[in-house]
This record gives sequence, structure tokens and C-alpha cells, in this order.
Amino acid sequence: METTRLSVNGKAIELEIDPTTPVLWVLRDQLGLTGTKFGCGLALCGACTVHVDGNAVRSCVMPVRAVAGKHVTTVEGLSRDRSHPVQRAWLQVQVPQCGYCQPGQMMSAAALLAVNTNPSDADIDEAMAGNLCRCGTYARVRRAIHLASEIARGQR
Amino acid sequence: MNLRALRHVLFAAALSLLALFFGFVQLRVRASASSQTDQESAEKSLRAFREVASVLTSPRCLNCHVPDDGPLQGDDHHPHPMNVKRGPDGKGSAALHCFACHQSENAKTLHGPPGAADWQLPPPKTPMAWKGLSTGELCRTLKDPAKNGNRSPQDLIVHMDTSLVRWAWNPGPGRALPPLPHDQFVSRLKEWIDTGAACPN
Repeated sequence: METTRLSVNGKAIELEIDPTTPVLWVLRDQLGLTGTKFGCGLALCGACTVHVDGNAVRSCVMPVRAVAGKHVTTVEGLSRDRSHPVQRAWLQVQVPQCGYCQPGQMMSAAALLAVNTNPSDADIDEAMAGNLCRCGTYARVRRAIHLASEIARGQR
Repeated sequence: MNLRALRHVLFAAALSLLALFFGFVQLRVRASASSQTDQESAEKSLRAFREVASVLTSPRCLNCHVPDDGPLQGDDHHPHPMNVKRGPDGKGSAALHCFACHQSENAKTLHGPPGAADWQLPPPKTPMAWKGLSTGELCRTLKDPAKNGNRSPQDLIVHMDTSLVRWAWNPGPGRALPPLPHDQFVSRLKEWIDTGAACPN
């Protein structure tokens, strides 16, 4: 056990924990942030995607010691009031079917838009290729990212 | 000139000719020895490089030293899933950076992503693509600063000791090791450089 300090959704957290524990289980089991999902546990599906210092990472394979002193953002932390352009676009386009993969999809989309405010279809396909959706919502994901881009740029 | 003086002159001339002859012979012997040493050194260099190349062409190196835009995986060089791209700096693209999945060490779970510090591909400006090259082409590419990331021979030795390169000797289950141990590989690399870094034709 080690003392690990980090920030989650803007809140300072201190944990006594095995430093090899995956961030996913810290979020879900220790902090009750169940928006982030367990999918494959092997960084293959993207359901567990969160941001660490603004970059999308797979929380199921990232040990908590790797985020010590860093800022973790989960889908709950995108905004306090569902006002993040990605959240607004997801609602407007009604992207989810079963919804299980969508928190990961949204976090990857938000990471993409943070560095590319007006992505092309090719940019979206490249950035989102690591997020699988068994319901096949890819076309709606792409449409929602274009919409979120327009919202963020003040065009909607 | 009397007969005695003439004999002295002829004797001196004969001695001079003899000295010239032995000097010439000695020069030829030295040149030949030097040429032999150069040839031996070049052969030693080529032998060392062939061993170096056996490592550089192993899957652990070739899967990222690729000419295409994305890495390969496994001992059979299959394409990396998820359409992973090299990106602007060799570290992946937006929302799909290498470090999104690859940590600073191998995942503990079977079939989890392998890891080492600074997991990345060569950058697109100098992709250092080795896949498909002959041994001679690989050798010349490795030596060319325009193609090797502007590295001197000494820089190449340093590169081969980074945690990312060393990962090849600790790749986790299901991945073949390079054919030489790491210390032997670095030793052959140094030998290749010290003997003139000769390249096969």
C-alpha cells in the first residue's frame, strides 16, 4: 500500500492503495464514478477511456501510480451541467443505442476536439478507431463530433 | 681516374642501388601488410554488421521501423489493430496516442499491451524504415544521418541502450526475443563502428 495523491474531476484525492491498481477500479470502486466502464480490461475496446492531463488514456491498464500528481477527468467531469459541446451534441444526435461504450466514445471525442477544433471525417475515423461499439453507432458518433465541433466554434 | 678510384666509384654505386632496392621492397611489404590489415578490418566490420542486422531485422525492431504510416504487431508482422497511426511526432494521433494504452512497463495481464518509457514510432520526418531493405541498404540507412534521425555512430550506441530498445529483450509472453543477447548486440555494434562501419554491397 502507498499513499497516492491525484486530482479527479478537479477534486484533490488522497488514497492508501496498491500502486499497481488500475485507475479504472480506483474511479469505480473507490470513488464511485461509475460512468467509466470496464470493457475488455486489455486496452482494446476504449470503454474505459478517461483523460489524464487532457490526453485520452485507457484506465483499465494504467496503474494508479502513473497518475500520481496528475489531473484525471472522467465523463462525469466533462461539465457540471451537461454543457460540454460533446455532451450537447451526443444528446442532440441521440448517439447511444445500448450506451455502454459511449462514455469512452465521448472522452475520445473530447480529446480530439481539444487539439483539432474542426476535424475532418478522416481525422475523426483516425482518432476514434480505438473505441469499439457493438451496436454500430459509428455513423452517429461521427455526426455528433462534427456537431460538437460546430457548437464549440459558436456556429450552433 | 685510375683503376682503383674507378673500383671505389662502382662499389659505391652498387651499394646505393642495393639500398634503393631493399627500401623499395620494404615499402611494398609495408603497403601489402597495410592493405591486408584494411581488408581484415573490413571483413571484421562486415561480420559484426551481419550480427547487428540479425537483431535489427527481428520483429521487435521491424514492427515499428516501418515504411507505412502505422506500426505492425507480433512475430508475423500483422497490422496494429485500431488503425493506429504514426502521427505528427511518431507518438500516435489525437485521442489515440501510443501512451493511451502503452504504459512504462508491460501490462501484467496476459495479452495486455506491452510497455516501456517513451513508447513510440520513429517520427515521420525520419521514419527510419528498415522493413524490406537488403542488409546493405539497412547498413547504409543506419549510417546516414539524413535517415537515422541525425545520429552519429556514438548516438546509435546510446539509442540501442534506451528503455524502448531494451524492451525488445523483455517483450512479455508470446513475443520472440532478438537473436542475440543485448550486451552482445551492443558489443557487435561497437565493433562494427570501430572497424570502419563497413557495409555489404
